[in-house]
Amino acid sequence: MAELFWLIPLIPGGSSLLLVLFGTKLSRRWVAWQACSAVLLSFILSLAAFIHLARAPHTSPGLSKTLLPWISSGAFSSPVAFTFDHLAAVMALVVTGVGLLIHVFSTAYMAEDRSYARYFAHLNLFTFFMLVLVMASDLVLMFVGWEGVGLCSYLLIGFWFERPAAAKAGMKAFVVNRVGDAAFIIGILFLLANVGGSGFAAINQAAATGLLPAGLVTLVAILLFVGATGKSAQIPLYVWLPDAMEGPTPVSALIHAATMVTAGVYMVCRLSGLYAASIPASTVVAWIGATTAIFAATMALVQNDIKKVLAYSTISQIGYMFIGCGVGAYAAGMFHLVTHAFFKSLLFLAAGSVIHALAGEQDMRRMGGLKKHLPVTFPVFLIGALAISGVPFLSGFFSKDAILTSAFAGGHYVLYGLGLLGAIMTAFYMFRLVYLTFYGEERMTTKAGHHIHESPRAMTIPLVFLAAFSILAGYVGLPVFFGGKADLFGRFMEGSVKTVTHHLAVSTEGLLVVLATAASLLGIALAFVFYRRTPALPSRLASRFPGVYRLLVGKYYIDEVYDAALVRPLIRGAETVYEHFDLKVIDGALNGSAAAAGFAGKGLNILQSGLVRDYALAFLIGAIIFLGFLLL
Amino acid sequence: MIPAAAFFILAAVLFVLGVLAFFVKKDLLTQFMAVEVMLNAGNLAFLALAKSLGKAEGQVIVLFVITVAAAEAVIGLAIIVLVFRQRKTIQTDELKDLKG
Repeated sequence: MAELFWLIPLIPGGSSLLLVLFGTKLSRRWVAWQACSAVLLSFILSLAAFIHLARAPHTSPGLSKTLLPWISSGAFSSPVAFTFDHLAAVMALVVTGVGLLIHVFSTAYMAEDRSYARYFAHLNLFTFFMLVLVMASDLVLMFVGWEGVGLCSYLLIGFWFERPAAAKAGMKAFVVNRVGDAAFIIGILFLLANVGGSGFAAINQAAATGLLPAGLVTLVAILLFVGATGKSAQIPLYVWLPDAMEGPTPVSALIHAATMVTAGVYMVCRLSGLYAASIPASTVVAWIGATTAIFAATMALVQNDIKKVLAYSTISQIGYMFIGCGVGAYAAGMFHLVTHAFFKSLLFLAAGSVIHALAGEQDMRRMGGLKKHLPVTFPVFLIGALAISGVPFLSGFFSKDAILTSAFAGGHYVLYGLGLLGAIMTAFYMFRLVYLTFYGEERMTTKAGHHIHESPRAMTIPLVFLAAFSILAGYVGLPVFFGGKADLFGRFMEGSVKTVTHHLAVSTEGLLVVLATAASLLGIALAFVFYRRTPALPSRLASRFPGVYRLLVGKYYIDEVYDAALVRPLIRGAETVYEHFDLKVIDGALNGSAAAAGFAGKGLNILQSGLVRDYALAFLIGAIIFLGFLLL
Repeated sequence: MIPAAAFFILAAVLFVLGVLAFFVKKDLLTQFMAVEVMLNAGNLAFLALAKSLGKAEGQVIVLFVITVAAAEAVIGLAIIVLVFRQRKTIQTDELKDLKG
């Protein structure tokens, strides 16, 4: 069955096509079953291919298949070809596995929506493009997937396009991503011109063997990373992700937490040879990651919208993944990507369940005391929160520890310190969210509090699965602390990603684990003091430092700065060009040519006398001239 | 035996007369007759060529032309009759609706 791996992306793609064409004629039941089983089939095939790969010898290059030739020009060619190696296997399992659970969740969450078929058509289409991105054998095809998921993101953020905020958020996401993608394309073109091919193997090889000049490698790596900052919502292009929460919550879970936004990390790991060959580029990646991790965490501290907290948290956690990639621990970055996919989609879906229970309420100031009303959602949310906070023996603990340990071992002590600080903040804002939502007195409006109910089984079962993974996923990548062979994940990834391993003394490593644990517990304890024991403390602190508080609530006014510095000048410039160039030059040229044609017509009008004799005369003269030419 | 050149000259004279008549006269019926004269001048030229070259094709073409001309005459006359019924005139100077 492993040979059929190339069908993995095509099944959801085909399903999406059917839903687009015939969706409105199919019953809701059929739509739900078709969409879910398409992803299930992909998941089964991924699993089969994964098992095949796990059994093969360690150095196996993985499965690959060329479907059809695509671009072929001179020496350059880029076929439609899929590769299923270790890296792709991990990502494909996450995309199809988490994707399947989210599809199932959506069948209940979106049950009331009138555009049911359109929703699942887009969700299937997203799965298709994401799998193309993951399994592409070369950069050009990956870019197709990269843009395709961007399109689906736009379509799904603006799913409720009747709401102006949703339509605007979709547009913002699309435009911000264009900025990053422009750099991405330039990077691709540089590679095509200098490597002569676009296959990942060729690119990594060329960079690793020093075939490419060092300056070029750095330039290309940074250009591609700018694209990644757009897709993965890092500084300076993170501004679209918080707004993207206008989309349906399962979409936020799938696209804006688990899979699409981590595509940047995946891309860096895919081109690990390129990034490893350039120390400056890797430094940029690590520092952007660390800055974003801290910066986004501070904004998450004061958000009141339950989904916005999770959005800033996602930005922050992706920052961690980039720290891992930047310090050369690509496997650790991917490991955090996987565990994050589980616990963050769990948190989003559980938040969706809360929102569902409260009839659409998203403001945490109007929640509270939900613990007893939501007997399934509460414990799974708590598991997710514990996992992301890095509490020992849950998945987030192991993956975050793997990244921080690699940073420390590589001698990047400042990055390590920032990561630790971020971990404290992560634990704090997550438990602030838990306390505000599930504990304390009930602050619901009468409309929202009228009919609080636990969600149906189709929603709670995926939650339970994700909770189980959030606990267990960490055990595939135990730190060296537990023995040299414990890091199954890292050893599996060595098949496609070369990771620099530093060896630390067991005592040092033990100390790091203790520090990480202390950081997460400190954050939780602080949240407990602030939001459970003395709930007046946050507002006292806010009035004590009004400047800082306002800066955080205003999200550092970055949106306002971008608006004033980029968006408004751009719009004003466009308007000026419209007035002076479009209206005068372009319209003028068009109107002018029309007037010229009219004028010429009027001039030639004289010839049309309407008299038969005149026409006959013209005919005669023409015939005589023609005969004259023939005879002479 | 009449030389072939005489036929050609006759055909040319007939043709020029037709052209002149077409331009001089102003009623449709006479102009139509002038066109018929030109047509038959052409026929005569074909016959003269057939005779001088000793080939049958020219005569065959003439037979075709006569057939087509018969049909054309019917349609042409019908149009002229209809124009007269509509406008009570067939003077071409008065029929100039196509003026731009």
